[in-house]
Parts: sequence; C-alpha cells; structure tokens
Amino acid sequence: MKYITEFRNKEIVSRLVDYISSISKKHVRFMEVCGGHTMAVQKFGIPSLLPDNIELLSGPGCPVCVTSNLFIDKVVAYSRLDNVIITSFGDLIRIPGSTSSLDREKANGRDIRMVYSILDALNIARKNPDKKVIFPGIGFETTAPTSAAAILKANAENLENFYLYSSHKIMPPAMEALIDEGVELNGYIAPGHVSTITGSGIYKAIPEKFGLGCVISGFEPVDILQSIYMLVKQHETHSPKVEIQYKRVVIPEGNVKAQEMMNEVFVLHDDWWRGLGVLKNSGFALKEKYKRFDAEKMLSVEVEETIEPAGCICGEILKGIKKPSDCKLFNKACSPANPVGACMVSNEGACHAYYRYNK
Amino acid sequence: MNNNQGKAILLGHGSGGKLSHDLIRDIFVKYFSNKILSEQTDSACLPGADEGIAFTTDSYVVDPIFFPGGNIGKLAVCGTVNDLAVSGAKPQYLSASFIIEEGFSITDLEKIVSSMADESRKAGVKIVTGDTKVVNKGKCDKLFINTSGVGYLPRKNHSISTGRKIIPGDKIIVSGSVGDHGVAILSARENMSFNVNLKSDCASLNKMIHSALSTSSGIHFMRDATRGGLATVLCELSETRGLGIETDEESIPVKSSVQSACEIFGYDPLYMANEGKVIMVVDSLDVDKVLDKLQYNTFGKQASVIGEITEKHPGKVVLKTAIGGTRIIDMLTGEQLPRIC
Repeated sequence: MKYITEFRNKEIVSRLVDYISSISKKHVRFMEVCGGHTMAVQKFGIPSLLPDNIELLSGPGCPVCVTSNLFIDKVVAYSRLDNVIITSFGDLIRIPGSTSSLDREKANGRDIRMVYSILDALNIARKNPDKKVIFPGIGFETTAPTSAAAILKANAENLENFYLYSSHKIMPPAMEALIDEGVELNGYIAPGHVSTITGSGIYKAIPEKFGLGCVISGFEPVDILQSIYMLVKQHETHSPKVEIQYKRVVIPEGNVKAQEMMNEVFVLHDDWWRGLGVLKNSGFALKEKYKRFDAEKMLSVEVEETIEPAGCICGEILKGIKKPSDCKLFNKACSPANPVGACMVSNEGACHAYYRYNK
Repeated sequence: MNNNQGKAILLGHGSGGKLSHDLIRDIFVKYFSNKILSEQTDSACLPGADEGIAFTTDSYVVDPIFFPGGNIGKLAVCGTVNDLAVSGAKPQYLSASFIIEEGFSITDLEKIVSSMADESRKAGVKIVTGDTKVVNKGKCDKLFINTSGVGYLPRKNHSISTGRKIIPGDKIIVSGSVGDHGVAILSARENMSFNVNLKSDCASLNKMIHSALSTSSGIHFMRDATRGGLATVLCELSETRGLGIETDEESIPVKSSVQSACEIFGYDPLYMANEGKVIMVVDSLDVDKVLDKLQYNTFGKQASVIGEITEKHPGKVVLKTAIGGTRIIDMLTGEQLPRIC
C-alpha cells in the first residue's frame, strides 16, 4: 500500500460518486473544520464531482485564520525586542496584523526564522543561549501536543531562554458554537489529524445534543468521498452518530500519550475565535508550574492598538454563512499576494483555497 | 513612487511569482521601458542583419551551493544556456561574474569553476569574459554568480519566445518529470532531515531543443520551467496571451520521490523548480515528431503531452485532476522555497 495512489484511484472515486448520487435525495450542507480538508477538497476538485444537492462548507479549521489580530500584533511586538529570535511555522509569517506582519519585520532586520517543528525552535534556543527564543504556538489538538512535548523537554533540560506564546485551541467548542449560532448544517466532516490525538469521543455531543452526523475523515479524495457517503447515509436514514472513516490512523481512544502531555502542560481557558468571539474553555494556556516558559507572563511588551481590516468578512466565512466569493474584497482588494484577512494568507484558509483553485 | 514609501523588499519579491511580476512591472519596466524589454521574454531579441541576436542574463544564489546533481556553477551555465535555447536561439558566448564572500574556500571555487568549464563544453558555448568581486565576511552568503549569454537567433524563430503563433488546438509538451530540482535542493538543505534518492535535473537543453526545432517549424512557444515550476509557465502564458489552457494531471510526469516529498512538506510539484525541463507549445500535426526527437535525447526520455490550448475560458489554466475533477491553476504567490536557483 502506497497511501497516495490507492486513495486517489479514479475508478474508486467514480464508484463512490455513483453511490453518493444514488442514495442522496435531500439538499444537504456538510462542513469540514480542518484546513487540510479545505485544501484537499479544492485541490482535487471534489465539488465538481458531487451532485448539486450536496454543498460543502469550510468552517473554522485553519489555525491562523481563527487567530486574532492581537495575537499577530503581539508576536510582531516581541520580534522588535532586543535579543529575541522568533521561530514560527511558515503560515504565520505572512499573516497581516494591524499595521505589520512577521515578513515585513523580517525585511526590517528582525530575527524571524521559519521552522517545520517546534523541536527545531528548541534547537535554536540551545544554540543561542544569549537570545530569547519565542515560538508562537498556533493550531488545534494536532500541534498542541508538540508544543507540550517541547515544554517538557525544555523543562527537563532547564532551558532558560525558550518561550511559548500559546494560542492553541481545541475544536469541539467551535463546532458546537456554530450549531448553537444557528448555522445551517447537516453534518460535520470531522478533522482527521485532531482526532488522531483526541480520539472520537470529543464529538459525542454533536449527534447526542444537536442531532447531527459526524464522520472523522482522512485527507485523500477517496477518504473525503467515503466520508461524504457515510454522512449522506446517516442523514437520509435519520441516524446521526460519530463514525471513523479514517480508520487506518484514528482509533476511538486517540493517542493517550499525547493527551497526557497536553494535560500535564496546558490548562483550558476562555479564548477568542475570529467569527465566533470568546468561547468558553476553548484555548490552551500554559499551567502555572510551567510559567517560566510562558512568553505572555515572562516578557512584557507594548502592543499597538488592534485594527481589524475594514470590509473583511473572514468571520462569516469561517462560520460557513458566506462563501469567499461573497466578500466584496475577494479577488479585488484581497488576494494571496496582497491579503487583507487571514483566510486569504494561510495555505489552509478558505479564501486562499477558493482563490487558488476555483476563482 | 509614493505608494511604495516605507515598503521593503520581501523574499516573495524574488519568488518568480506574482510579487516578482508586480515588482518588475512597477519598478524595472517603469524606468527601463523600451520596446525590446517590454516583450518580457526569457532572452531579449536584439535586431541584427540576417540573423537576430538573443541576449540574456541571470544571477544564481542557490543554497546550498553544492547539491545532488550539480552545483551553483553548473546551474549558472545551464540556466543561461537554456534561457537562450528556449528563445529559439543557438547559445554561443557567456560571461561569468563572481561575488565571493571573504573566507570562501579556493578549493570549492575551483570545483565550481571546473564544472562550469565542463558544462560549457557539453553545451558548446564559450565563457569569454568575466568579473570577480570579494565582499566582507557576512556580506554575501559564500558565492553568488551572474552569467549573461548571447546566441544567434534565426529569423524563423523570432516569435517563439512570445508565443505569437499559438493557436487553439496546439498541444503542450513537457520534456520530462517536474519538480526534481526543487526537491533535490530541499533535501540538501541542512535543516531538512530527510533523505531522498533524487538528483537535480540541472542540464543544458540546447542540443535537444535544436534537434526538435530542426525537425518541426510548428514549435510555437518554449519556456524553461524554472522558479515557480510548470504551473507558473502555464499561468504566464495563458495570462499574457489571453489563452485558455487545459491540462491533465495524470499526464504530467512526476517522480514518486518528488510526489512523496511534496506530500510531506505541503508543496505542489507543479510549482516546484526545474532546471532541465522545457515546456513547448506545438502544432498538433507536428506533435508526434517533436516528441520523438525529445524522447531520443537523454534529457527528454519522459517527454509527454500534458494538455492543449483551447478557445474555452481565455486567460485561465484549468486542470483535470487525477480523480477526474476540475480546478484552476493559479500563479504562485509568496515564496514557496527561497534561493532555489
């Protein structure tokens, strides 16, 4: 099994599309809440294969998209401190804050380095003991365990110059908030990577409390189409439940070791989401006992006044109420080369994916 | 100019994508403006007596300077030779300028220069002039090279670099697998902990291109798919000439090692750099004999037809995905991978 070609097999895809068409009667709206799904759906042209009565929506699944301007402004402010190195995932570097961005600060000579893993950031900290190395931690339950592992490592090594600025968030509160807000949905294509860590239990409330189906999906075309098939079947037979399509990776109990690490290092707090506002117990902050690695607690910095971009409807797009093409800035004032909102910058953002593959 | 007040150059301005295009249009073309430059082709087409002259220049800043399948010197020769060749010219003479960081190893310099000599011999060009500058340590990264080149450009080939003769129904050919150079460089980077059995495709294509040109007068356009990859060439072509392009993902050759590395790092092989691949737009009647010629050459064994020019959706490149869906291909924005060439 090669894990790429098999899951992109044209015959299987076409058979799945036939199955879906044959059982799908009602008009349905399914939402994915993972940037990886947003990209895959557009990259493979999946909407062009589906019958007209199945609508796919992109929800708040792109980590940088749901992050506040204040977060970016604060990282920018950290980067302007003396003797600081900002280490960041590539996505964050181009996100515009209120008046600047990390790539502009980099062009102005601040030390900003792109890393593929927070463990690379730890290495940079080890090699530069006279510098404060800050890692802006974004992402859901997928990246949070790696941040937790880095903190545990830094703690074991007694590393004194490494700091995490955590904006890590957890997925279920956002999924529930969307339904609570009355967004019209008939089921969730649930995030495969998040669920690899958390297991399937975290979505229990979706069918039980809200009566919606929830299928944990992989990222290849066959995965996504099979998940859509499972959701359609649940919907047509009025039997909402949590199912795992991505069985080659996800198990019901998840990755227990990663969960233990997260629980050891983080505590839940109320966090702000673009489009959704403050959601109770939806973000990860470092526990008091790891305070010495907490950039917010250890490094004081003056942050400019936050300005939200005028006219940008990222919030409504993240909720699936509007499509990128509904935004009057889309493909005019806002494009990947000159992004106004975070959804256009991030590779995983709904506007970016729509612009690149569907404009 | 006021618009640019306070703005600084970002890495994305050097990506070959949209930011580069904007910079060229808003700064360079704005001030240097003339008829030859405004064609914005790989090589400038200079007026001559019977045969015109093609003239081109390129700077090389690749990191690391030694990589599987080549080094910065070999690249500096191939790149400029290819820029001339894809304009339909026969490359003749090159210049080579070196900007060297204080402390750079002379042994390494010699290795690089000797591979430039080898590659020039293979390509049948002469390096006839040059320049050397040394800057303080830390003021440049090891070694940067600029090469310029001139070649004879037969009158019948004048329209190749602009693609003026392209018509709907023409076929699009790529001379082999895409993304090899980009992934080879990626794998050679210090901070990348992955091994892949892959070499850069860095090669001088002038002889292969010459043999194709001598078999067919139906080659309407050529471009080497360097920075920005195959996708960028197709987008530029469709945008500048207002052409519709249809391409089929399944027909685009991609090595499995390139595919896997791209999956892991979230890159798209269609946007990955190549240094030994030419994209041709060919009259549909001539496509088989051009393919034969390309496939006969070492560097064109995997040459394939990947799509065609269409009257539908002018200005857009539409890709039929491997699973049978459709989507558009757009210009790269931002920097996929800095210092690839």
